[in-house]
Amino acid sequence: MDYDVIVIGGGLVGVSIAWGLSRCGQRVAILDEGDVANRAARANFGLVWSSSKGLGNAAYSRWSRTSTANWHRLAAELKAETGIDTGFVQSGGFSIRLTPTELQRGIASMAMLAGQAGMDAEGTPPLEYEILDQAETRRRLPLVGETVAGAIFSPLDGHANPLRLFAAFHKALQQRGVHYLPHRKTTAIRHRAGGFEVAGEGWRLGAGKIVLAAGIGNTALAPMVGLSVPLSPSRGQIIVTERLKPFLSHATGYLRQTDEGSVLIGESKEATIDHQRPRGPITSVLAERALRTFPLLRDAKAVRIWTAFRVVTPDGYPIYEQSERFPGAFAFACHSGVTLAANHALVLPRQISAGALSEDLSVFHSRRFHVPAAV
Amino acid sequence: MFRRLSDRRESSVSFTFNGVPTMARHGDSVAAALLAAGHCSTRRTPVSGAARGPYCMMGVCFECLVKIDGRPNRQACLTTVVEGMRVETQDGAAMPGREE
Repeated sequence: MDYDVIVIGGGLVGVSIAWGLSRCGQRVAILDEGDVANRAARANFGLVWSSSKGLGNAAYSRWSRTSTANWHRLAAELKAETGIDTGFVQSGGFSIRLTPTELQRGIASMAMLAGQAGMDAEGTPPLEYEILDQAETRRRLPLVGETVAGAIFSPLDGHANPLRLFAAFHKALQQRGVHYLPHRKTTAIRHRAGGFEVAGEGWRLGAGKIVLAAGIGNTALAPMVGLSVPLSPSRGQIIVTERLKPFLSHATGYLRQTDEGSVLIGESKEATIDHQRPRGPITSVLAERALRTFPLLRDAKAVRIWTAFRVVTPDGYPIYEQSERFPGAFAFACHSGVTLAANHALVLPRQISAGALSEDLSVFHSRRFHVPAAV
Repeated sequence: MFRRLSDRRESSVSFTFNGVPTMARHGDSVAAALLAAGHCSTRRTPVSGAARGPYCMMGVCFECLVKIDGRPNRQACLTTVVEGMRVETQDGAAMPGREE
């Protein structure tokens, strides 16, 4: 066996898990594609956000809130290990609502979320939020536009610098002797006595366990080892401005200022993954809504606009599963690689090392999608 | 560091750089005029505070940002000097919507 665990996918999910596995004493390799891969990790928005998540799935709300809480430890440990500051700030986040209708919808959806069974558990920070009317929103965010109807504020939310987070993981992995192997597109995975053989063009490697963390690529890899990762197309687009003096220390759901001064604007969701060029009409809507939110951005220059594909399952919740046919093969897919990085780095690896995912995660098995057709 | 080609004989225009009257040739970009006048450092970065100056001279690298007539974040290499223009170094990031 070349390794204890091979992680397929060198994006944020893959490196978070690989780092955690290394801390559990596992010998780990990460297999990554080249730069042609559909990398979600190059397009992260950088929110560490839990308050509005999990409507219809209390376990997802809890999992997100736990990760947000664990982020403090993750940021501190990465800083100690690499000297890289991931820019994590948990100063609370605003879900800004531009119209009274948007505000009412937001209030109703938070009430439904908070009223679900199973929202509380020991060790999970409780869901906290405040509804802010127009005047209170303006009082807390004086630069907000006059027509903004209100906001929902949660002290649980925050943001981080996803590029530095990614760099910190990679630096830590290198220091720990974890093998990062780029240009290794996996084309075959075979189960064999006591482990797995992973192969591509001109190479093959063996490991006791494998973790599929290949984003969109997981859909094709999963069936090779009795797993299933159905995904829905979802394209997101982000506008980035030039660096500006700090004017916004809190994250909002679709607009945030990074610790280096750039403003990121992005909330688009298109049910397509047909191409990666930004589309003009989407850019216009993003810009128009950003200007209604913070009119001072009228004079800011956009320096880049990009798109990427989200890793989203048909119901929007993540997949965490171990193969029943081939134990030791795991598949993970989620769209919130930044928010969940702390759990992926600090919680999941212990379970992978022990060979069993916890009962808490059973709700995230892909069997929920395999519903027999009605007769 | 930079010298002008001697075979060009355009008329002169004057502008100020950080309040100091400075000469340029008609048609110069602000970046070219600043380099010709010996100013290789024209801003400080928002992140580390390091000194920076014009580099690519074609609008790509954004290293030459200066304040022009009170407007921050102007690309000096893409702006032509005009008579009486007020050019200033920019220290750190700009505040949007605020002319200084």
